[in-house]
Amino acid sequence: MPSKNGKNRQIKEAVNSAIDKYGDSREELIPILNHVNRILGYLPAEALESISQRLKSPRSQLFSVASFYHMLSTKPRGKHVIQFCESAPCHVVGGKEVWQTLQDTLDIKDGETTSDGQWSLITTSCLGLCGVGPVIVVDDDAYGNVTPEQVKGILARYVQSEEK
Amino acid sequence: MKSTRSMVLVSSDPISKERGSDLVFDNLQQEIDAFGLNEEISLTKVGDVGRHDALPLVIVYPEATIYGPVKPDDVRFLVEEHLLKGRIAQELQASSKELTGKIAWVHARKGTLPAEQRIVLQRAGIIDPENIEEYIVNDGYLALGKVLSEITPKQLIEEIKNSGLRGRGGAGFPTGLKWSFVAGSPGKKKYVICNADESEPGTFKDRLILEGDPHSIIEAMAIAGYAVGADEGFIYIRGEYVLAQERLRKAILQAHEYGMLGKNIFNSNFSFDIHVHSGAGAYICGEETALIESIEGKRGEPRPRPPFPTTHGLWGKPTLVNNVETLANIPPIVRNGAKWYRSIGTPSSPGTKVYTILGNVNVTGLIEVPMGITLREVITIYAKGMKNNISFKVAQTGGSSGSIIPASLQDTPMDFDSFKNAGVALGSGALLICDENTCVVDLAKVLQNFFRKESCSKCNPCRIGNERAFQILENISQGTGTLEDLDDLALISKYMTEMSNCGLGQTAGTPVHDILNHFRAEVEAHIRLKVCPSGVCPMSGKRI
Repeated sequence: MPSKNGKNRQIKEAVNSAIDKYGDSREELIPILNHVNRILGYLPAEALESISQRLKSPRSQLFSVASFYHMLSTKPRGKHVIQFCESAPCHVVGGKEVWQTLQDTLDIKDGETTSDGQWSLITTSCLGLCGVGPVIVVDDDAYGNVTPEQVKGILARYVQSEEK
Repeated sequence: MKSTRSMVLVSSDPISKERGSDLVFDNLQQEIDAFGLNEEISLTKVGDVGRHDALPLVIVYPEATIYGPVKPDDVRFLVEEHLLKGRIAQELQASSKELTGKIAWVHARKGTLPAEQRIVLQRAGIIDPENIEEYIVNDGYLALGKVLSEITPKQLIEEIKNSGLRGRGGAGFPTGLKWSFVAGSPGKKKYVICNADESEPGTFKDRLILEGDPHSIIEAMAIAGYAVGADEGFIYIRGEYVLAQERLRKAILQAHEYGMLGKNIFNSNFSFDIHVHSGAGAYICGEETALIESIEGKRGEPRPRPPFPTTHGLWGKPTLVNNVETLANIPPIVRNGAKWYRSIGTPSSPGTKVYTILGNVNVTGLIEVPMGITLREVITIYAKGMKNNISFKVAQTGGSSGSIIPASLQDTPMDFDSFKNAGVALGSGALLICDENTCVVDLAKVLQNFFRKESCSKCNPCRIGNERAFQILENISQGTGTLEDLDDLALISKYMTEMSNCGLGQTAGTPVHDILNHFRAEVEAHIRLKVCPSGVCPMSGKRI
């Protein structure tokens, strides 16, 4: 766990780099939030506070935007985020079974994070990879034609890469 | 471009990349060098090639042999057999002999399948999307040059009107008419927006165009800007499309370098610049007024219309919003003329349509064919029939807001008007084809769940209607539905259609409407007999 100062520094750096990149106008709010969310994994209250000061717009407005879009999260997420496509094209080619296996394997439900903070499981609408459904995305990696049997193996890749 | 005897293409979409296409590409380069073939053979990474059953693909022209899935270790053998010895490496071919050389992307090939007719995808999959020169030698920016030097904006709009092009985002609004509205709106500052927030489930045609041929959209937007009098454009692209965003940004930089964007393009008085704006995950932002709100940095909640964006759009200025596929049609129309475009497709819906084929069929992927072909043709010819020979039951078109189409309508020509007359909608071109093992209640439940989650919750009919419709469907799938529930469902569907503020709510009632229309008996079996005829629904006896 990083210390409180460490965390604050991280947040400050993330906000600074976003505003350096996109400027401090209100119109750039969504790219800025996207950028910070990407670096920190979510949008902590401190980050929203800091962005609100830099952009000179009220926190309520920032929160209303941040809570609207799926790719932004105001709650901490696990180290790895698994997105499962729950749209119809994936559903009819076996997505339901994959979803069940994911929940059973990690012992969490939609929108939850495992108690060790490793995994978050979220459903998402279409990812545009429907030709190879069912599709799951782990962090930035897309996996297609996923079967329930493959789920364990896919997850194991992420645990292994940390041990290396 | 140097002339070569063979052209080798490696698919480079996100799935291929995940499966090691970059390594396959590197190995190919190495082996081609090792055999001293680099003068004779061109090697190119291409965007999504429209086939998804055996990624990553390696395609060798002119034979149009398709290899896949190719592993990095297979490369040496492939190069030695095919490129050195000139024999087809049969072991590595995609899905056995049946598919060999039968994908006719480039031109109609004799003795093969009825060719697709590629207009908007003419270059996707055969040029290097990250190299503007390849675009230029393939007729790229010709249309922009022609427009700026020979045609007045008025003539241009007339030409687009005459072509009969209709918006490919789903609604089918005449494109030329929309352009004339924006051109006719008073004001000096106007905008052109390319709607690339392709979020309709099952649709990925726009991703393919953007990843495979990004310059075509840049060219089309500049032409549109010239026609309506705009000097600035935005591409609103969904946040999930990371690769497409990268390619677009690269393409815009290149276009600036080559003078296709910026001040006084081709020494004319016309200046144009394009920004890429990434979405952050919201289906509703595909609705044009929600999209505009989102570019302005707000919640993506649709505005009441009128006023329409053509007069009050981005930052209150007249704004043209066109879908990616619509825009991709513009340069070919300008180059070849409205008359040529009219010769393709049906009289009321000229041109081609890009369809994504999904579900329980043998070959999934994407095709571009003239408007007016039928579902039966799509399934038998392009999708190679139903998987495991289980019979076709129902197709769902156009993502979630499309229609559920029973097998009885599979001979209806797929164009805007024929579908409208049959009481169904073409939507955005996704064709989710389901076999007899699909339960319509389950399917409708998935679709309703989608709308329930994606509703922006601003207006009541949509927020409450979707939630309630989902609950009722859930009850029916648990065997605890009642016949009165069906009356409620029908009413909810009707009210959502009539009273919702935007297109999302207005179409959210379609799945329910369609299953009650076409599959009432199957739905009632869930209620009266407490049986799911397809054996899909859980029927646990719980009621929400």
